[in-house]
Amino acid sequence: KNEYDLLVIGGGSGGLACAKEAAQFGRKVAVLDYVDPSPQGTTWGLGGTCVNVGCIPKKLMHQAALLGSALKDAHHYGWNIAQPVHHTWSVMAQAVQNYVKSLNWGHRVQLQDKKVKYFNMKGSFSDPHTVRGLTKAGKETIVTADNIVIATGGRPKYPTHIAGALQYGITSDDLFWLKESPGKTLPSFILNVSLECAGFLTGIGLDTAVMMRSIPLRGFDQASMEYLTQMASLVTEHMESYGTKFLKRCFPTKVEKLESNRLQVTWKNTDLGTEETDSFDTVMWAVGRAPDTKTLNLETVGVKTNSETGKIIVDASEATSVPHIYAIGDITEGRPELTPTAIAAGKLLAQRLFGQSSELMDYDSVPTTVFTPLEYGCVGLSEEAAVQRHGSDNIEVFHAYYKPLEFTVAERDATQCYMKMVCLREREQRILGLHFIGPNAGEVIQGFALGIKCGATYPQLMKTVGIHPTCAEEVTKLHITKRSGLDATVTGC
Amino acid sequence: QEAAKYEKKVMVLDFVKPTPQGSSWGLGGTCVNVGCIPKKLMHQAALLGQALQDSRKFGWQFTEEVKHNWMTMTESVQNYIGSLNWGYRVALRDNKVTYENAYGEFVGPHTIKATNKRGVEKLYTAERFLIATGERPRYLGIPGDKEYCISSDDLFSLPYCPGKTLVVGASYVALECAGFLAGLGLDVTVMVRSILLRGFDQDMANKIGEYMKEHGVNFIREFVPTKVEQLEEGTPGRLKVTAKSTTGDQIIEGEYNTVLLAIRRDPCTRNIGLDKVGVNINEKTGKIPVSDEEQTNVPYIYAVGDILQDKLELTPVAIQAGRLLVRRLYAGATTKCDYVNVPTTVFTPLEYGACGYSEETAVEKFGEENIEVYHSHFWPLEWTVPSRDNNKCYAKIICNIQDNERVIGFHVLGPNAGEVTQGFAAAIKCGMTKEQLDNTIGIHPVCAE
Repeated sequence: KNEYDLLVIGGGSGGLACAKEAAQFGRKVAVLDYVDPSPQGTTWGLGGTCVNVGCIPKKLMHQAALLGSALKDAHHYGWNIAQPVHHTWSVMAQAVQNYVKSLNWGHRVQLQDKKVKYFNMKGSFSDPHTVRGLTKAGKETIVTADNIVIATGGRPKYPTHIAGALQYGITSDDLFWLKESPGKTLPSFILNVSLECAGFLTGIGLDTAVMMRSIPLRGFDQASMEYLTQMASLVTEHMESYGTKFLKRCFPTKVEKLESNRLQVTWKNTDLGTEETDSFDTVMWAVGRAPDTKTLNLETVGVKTNSETGKIIVDASEATSVPHIYAIGDITEGRPELTPTAIAAGKLLAQRLFGQSSELMDYDSVPTTVFTPLEYGCVGLSEEAAVQRHGSDNIEVFHAYYKPLEFTVAERDATQCYMKMVCLREREQRILGLHFIGPNAGEVIQGFALGIKCGATYPQLMKTVGIHPTCAEEVTKLHITKRSGLDATVTGC
Repeated sequence: QEAAKYEKKVMVLDFVKPTPQGSSWGLGGTCVNVGCIPKKLMHQAALLGQALQDSRKFGWQFTEEVKHNWMTMTESVQNYIGSLNWGYRVALRDNKVTYENAYGEFVGPHTIKATNKRGVEKLYTAERFLIATGERPRYLGIPGDKEYCISSDDLFSLPYCPGKTLVVGASYVALECAGFLAGLGLDVTVMVRSILLRGFDQDMANKIGEYMKEHGVNFIREFVPTKVEQLEEGTPGRLKVTAKSTTGDQIIEGEYNTVLLAIRRDPCTRNIGLDKVGVNINEKTGKIPVSDEEQTNVPYIYAVGDILQDKLELTPVAIQAGRLLVRRLYAGATTKCDYVNVPTTVFTPLEYGACGYSEETAVEKFGEENIEVYHSHFWPLEWTVPSRDNNKCYAKIICNIQDNERVIGFHVLGPNAGEVTQGFAAAIKCGMTKEQLDNTIGIHPVCAE
């Protein structure tokens, strides 16, 4: 007889949600969580990527950068502050790290309260119902369970083909735990991770450059998260005017350490066909994340993974190829890499396993936000995906450039403040996707995501009265189509 | 502007009677000049004051004491408003709408008399008329009110810092103004006759009041001013306010630099000759009753905006009603303005966004046993690092159990409440149910999730 009803490997967003939900049904649940130190030696507590090296510290540092802008705005609004104002990394980092640690603690208390057994151990399969846990000190514990959920997430990739990349570069795993300022930083390649980090690093006053091989936000190809050239270029255009340098169509060839302890990066500029170098205090890789499955021993038990991505293949009920073994979160193939979807999937899985539910997770129209200096929130299909799926003749794109009221007095550039709504052209004019670039993009999009879940149509949105004065109200006033070719600049009041 | 698109010959008469203190403004109405726009900008100034405090915890360093300069802010705000006034004049001109800065009053059927600033009178005739004269703040009717007190009509262009201020009233105007004045560092007291934010969900109204109290706004409850006297002239001067309790005989006195009256607004319908053309108004309130097509009892006279009886006093509602009316008149459209589930936001220090029923009206209409209220306190991530106001933000939805748990009321208290509420209003328009809400994935980490 197995010791536990449910064993969850991975104490992140998905894993903890699943474990706690299962415990609500009076089940005997255990969680294994372990963090392999990064190549630079960084490690952290219970809670997974989101809490420790993802959403939470990212948004807090983004907030620090936004406050930097607020300080500049403030003098237009009558506040007398001597400019320029300086930022101290260590004050911010410590505050953020302390908050994260309080969350680690909170999670441990919650598991205890819900009587979930927690092991700080690295797990690997011995057989379909047995997992071998290993502590940092090498002590072994065998855990058996009726059901096992794999939720080990992912870790940043290193471009190991570049000399010095592994040795001298850091990743987001390290950035949020740095005790000292990263100084002049080069986040390399483009993903929303690197844009977000480059954004807040610039915002707190650091000399930051982003190196990208091709177009921004490429390689993010999931149904509801396809970032387009249009939105991506607006976001990066804003960052450029904000002060981030972009080294476009460049790729690094080597990283070396100088006597001064700075890093020298050599790269190829494919536009000019030249080789260039510059020195930086920090080089951060944000070239993608890969699932952490090597040490799990999946082959032993026969859990199938995608040969290209290494991610675990699951069906609509999160079941793997092996009965009683499931997987949720970033580690699963074809799913958005988002905390809220992992949490929802984990909860629903527990409800199906132990709570007589049959409800499956709905991955359609999942809203998301990129927290760049000028934020980008979206839900539903990108324009490209809509055109591909329905044909450009069958879709209508309503769009507008707008100016947030708060930017006016602050004399801030609103050139990239933009929104567009992709609708079906026929009869009902159902909304397929909504894209918004501007302040508080996440707050704006969330409610509309609900509307889209309810099958919102363009006429329904037009019947909704706006709240004045906000940025979100412009969504309810969208009326200029791309097809018309008319100037899409709207004046608020 | 909409009518001009249909090649109609259109004229607009706009005139601002100066306030007792002499304030006046340009084209654009209340929202642009003495409402939404300057209000939100000054609210933003106050929020920035808070941001400055927070920023230290996020690693920003600057001198300890930061002071606010009223004139710098007011000048910036007035400059922006000036650009909007100008923008409107240009837009009217571009759309070939005739604009006269003159006071209009009906003198006979289809005929209006326009009197400009210098007293020159002209007569105009039109096939149809639209009355959209809005409202102006009411005075208390006590000694010293018009001589010494100001209203929101004066506040946003006040050429000196108001200093220690007494705000009389508990409307959203009163609370929003008190809120940002306190946020700018001023000593603010609010004198409330009875309840806060009459007509709004009282549970939420009380939370707003609590937050303001905790953040330095003084409240004097259940008192009304009986007279205002001037102790010293100046900009600002010193005023003495005497007030009487509404529940007993107690009399109190207080000294302030400025007294801001924000008790209610009255429609500008009494002196525009409506009796000459037979337009009915509610004698008590001055509001104009209209059909659901914004038509008054006189077929060729329509009305929109704040002057309408039983309609919401909001800019977007007025705009929507005006546009749709014109499309019905000149473009064969049939769509009427949808006044149901109009969302709104109160820009108090802790912002409040709402759409649909308040809890009280839901209970009244459907019965307590037929509604379910889901609620939650939350802590915005951005407030954790500065250790600010844990457990103050709050959200609740009111569901109709008998109708599939349809969401009939949405209320949120927190930062960016307007941005949060807008999308939910759209979802409510689509008939969102609790189940659909549960099935929607949150965006992490934001308040709206």
